[in-house]
Amino acid sequence: MSVQEMEKRKDSAAAEGVKASETKSETAAAQKKENVLRLEDLTMQFGGVVAVNNLSLEVNKGEIVALIGPNGAGKTTAFNCITGVYQPTNGRITFLGQTLMEGCPTGRAAKTYAGEKAGKYTKNIHHSPDEICRAGIARTFQNIRLFPKQSVFDNVLVAKHMRAKQNPFTATFGLNHAEEKRMREETWALLKEQNLDSYASYEAGSLPYGMQRRLEIARALATDPKLLCLDEPAAGMNPQETLDLSDFIKKIRDQYHLTILLIEHHMNLVMGISDRIYCIDFGKLIAKGTAEEVANDPKVISAYLGMQEVV
Amino acid sequence: MKTSKKSIRIIADAVLVALVIGYLALLQSNTTAHSYAITIIERSCIYAVAAVSMNLIIGFTGQFSLGTAGFMCIGAYVTGIFTIPVKMRDQIYYLYGMADCIHDIKLPLIAALALSALLCGLIAAVIGWPVLRLKSDYLAIATLGFSEIVRAIFGWDGLGKITNASYGVSNIPPFANIFECVAICGVCILIMSLLIRSSYGRAFKAVRDDDVAAEAMGINLFRTKQLSFVVSSAFAGVAGGLLAVFMRSAVTSTFTVALTYNILLMVVLGGIGSVSGSIIGAFLVTGSQEWLRFLDKEYVFSDLIPGLSGTVFGSAQVPLLRNGFRMVIFSILLMVVVLFWNHGITGSKELSWARIISIPSVLRERKLRKAEEAKRREQEEAAARALEKEVRGQ
Repeated sequence: MSVQEMEKRKDSAAAEGVKASETKSETAAAQKKENVLRLEDLTMQFGGVVAVNNLSLEVNKGEIVALIGPNGAGKTTAFNCITGVYQPTNGRITFLGQTLMEGCPTGRAAKTYAGEKAGKYTKNIHHSPDEICRAGIARTFQNIRLFPKQSVFDNVLVAKHMRAKQNPFTATFGLNHAEEKRMREETWALLKEQNLDSYASYEAGSLPYGMQRRLEIARALATDPKLLCLDEPAAGMNPQETLDLSDFIKKIRDQYHLTILLIEHHMNLVMGISDRIYCIDFGKLIAKGTAEEVANDPKVISAYLGMQEVV
Repeated sequence: MKTSKKSIRIIADAVLVALVIGYLALLQSNTTAHSYAITIIERSCIYAVAAVSMNLIIGFTGQFSLGTAGFMCIGAYVTGIFTIPVKMRDQIYYLYGMADCIHDIKLPLIAALALSALLCGLIAAVIGWPVLRLKSDYLAIATLGFSEIVRAIFGWDGLGKITNASYGVSNIPPFANIFECVAICGVCILIMSLLIRSSYGRAFKAVRDDDVAAEAMGINLFRTKQLSFVVSSAFAGVAGGLLAVFMRSAVTSTFTVALTYNILLMVVLGGIGSVSGSIIGAFLVTGSQEWLRFLDKEYVFSDLIPGLSGTVFGSAQVPLLRNGFRMVIFSILLMVVVLFWNHGITGSKELSWARIISIPSVLRERKLRKAEEAKRREQEEAAARALEKEVRGQ
C-alpha cells in the first residue's frame, strides 16, 4: 500500500473512529478522549511458546500508558508486534482507527495454535516497521540503537528522510535544496529544544549513556510521531537520572502533543508518570488501572515478589 | 571567517583541477612518448570508477555484494557491441555472423555507456529482488554466483550472433584522447559522491550502521538497498564499458572473480566508506603493480653493485629476483598495510583540504600524548620503586 493511500485511509478512519467512540461510549475515558492505539486479543506464539496471550489494551490521546511485568512477561514482544517487527499470530492492532496489524493462525500454525479467541479474526494484515513509522508510531529501543559512528546531527537528520519530498534524482543533483534546507533547519530546532545542539558534531557513540537515551528519543521525535513507544527508557539509569527522565517524558508529551506508551521496570518512574498501567505476566494481562490500583493489586505484587499465598 | 575559508577551499580545488588538466595536457601533447603514463592513468581512472561503485554498496550501504565483475562484463559487451565500426563487424563476427537487428546500429561512446548503465541497472533491479533479502556472506555468494553466470552466458555459443561467444568483441575504437576517459570517470565519481552526500546517502549509512534502527526510523530497507545496488551496478557497467574501450576488446576471461577481488582490494586499501579512499586505492594498486616491475627482471650482482664485474661474485645471479617476483612483494606489502593500517589509507572519512592541513597538528598531538604517557608511566614507576624501598626499609 502506498503512503498516500495509507494517509488517506488513516484520515477517514480516524474520523470514523471518533464517531464510533462517541456513539459507543464504552467508558467515560474513551468518550472524553480520542483513541490512539488499541490492541484486541493480541496473541503471539513462537513454536509452542505463547509469548503474549490475548492481550487487549488501549491508549487514548495525550495519555502516558505503561506496560509493566516481570522479566520474560512478553512486554517487548507486544511492543515488537505494535511496531511491526512481528506479525501477531492472532488479534488486531488499530492505530487511529486504521487496522495496522491483524493476524489469524493459518496452515500449520492453526493446528498448533495454543492461544485464545481462535477464529475471531480472519485476515492477515501486516505492515513493515518503516510503514508503521510513517503512520506515526515512533519507538526507541531497550538497548540503545543509535548510529554510533555518525554525528549527533546526522543521527537526527536521517529520521527526516522518510517524510521529505524528493526522489533519488532530485536529491543527487541538489534540485531538492529547499527540502534539504527545511530538513536541516528542523533538525537544528529539535536539537536546540532538547539541549543537544552543543553536541551536534560529536560522534553519537561518544556521548554519555543518559545523553544517548535522550538523543534516541530526539531521533524518534524527528519522525513527527503521534504515538511514541519507549522500551525501558530508564534502563541503566541512576535514581536521579530516572527522576529527570520522568520530567522529560511529561515535558515532551505536552510540547509535541504526544501519546506515550512505555515499557518499564523502574516502578518509581512508572508510578510517577503513568495515567494508566497495564501489568502482564506470562503473556497474560493480570491487572490494569491507575498507578495505585495496580500497585495494590495482589496479583501484581505476587507476580513481582512471588508471594504464593495471595494467589 | 567562514566564507574566506570556503573561498580558500574553492581556490585550492581550482588549482588542483588546473594542475591535473595541465599535466594531462602535457601527456596528451606527445602521446607516443608518454604512452606508458597515459595507460597507467587511464587504467587507474577506470578502476577508480569501479572501486567507488563497489564502495557505494559495500562501504556505504553495508551490503557485501561481489557482483562487480559480472556487471562490468555486461557493460563491456554492450559498449563494445554498439561502438565497433559497422564496416568491421562482419570481419569480427566471421564465425557466427552478427544478428541483423543490431548489425547497423552504431552509437557514440557516451550513448553506448549510458545504455550499458541502463541495462546493468535494470538487471540489478531484477536480481536484487531475491538477492538483497540475503545478508552478509550469503549475499556475497549469491552475487559471486551471478557474476560467474553472466560470464558463462556471454561466452555461450547460442548467443554468438550477439556476443561473438568466446571470441569476444574486438577492434573497439579507442578513446579520442586522455581527457575523454578522465572526464567520463570524473563525472561518474562525482554523481556517485553527490548521491552519497544526499539524503539517500544518509539513509544508506543508516542501513549500514543498524538496519533495525533504520527501519524504525521509517527507512524502507529493501528499497534503500535496491537503490544503492542499482546505482552501484550501473556505474560498474560504465566502468566495464570504459575498460573495454581502454583494452579495445571485451572478452569474458577479463571479467573473472579475480577482477572483483582486485577492485575489492582497492576499496579496502583506500578505506571502506570513503570515496576519496577508493580513488587513491585504485591509483595506488594499479600504479604500484607497475612501479614494482623492476623486481621482475633478472640481475647479476655486478649490475647492482659497481666494481664487481669480473669477480666470481659479480657474475652470480641475484637470488629471488625473477619474473613474477613483483606480485610476491606486492602481496607482502598488502599484508603489511592491512595488518598495521587496517582502516585503509583514509579510513571511513573523506580526504579534504582541512584534513590534509590538520595532519601535522594531529601528528604533533599524538607525539605529545605519547610523551605525556611515557612521563606518567615513569612517574608511576618511580612512585612504585619508592614504595618498594620504603617497604623494604621497614
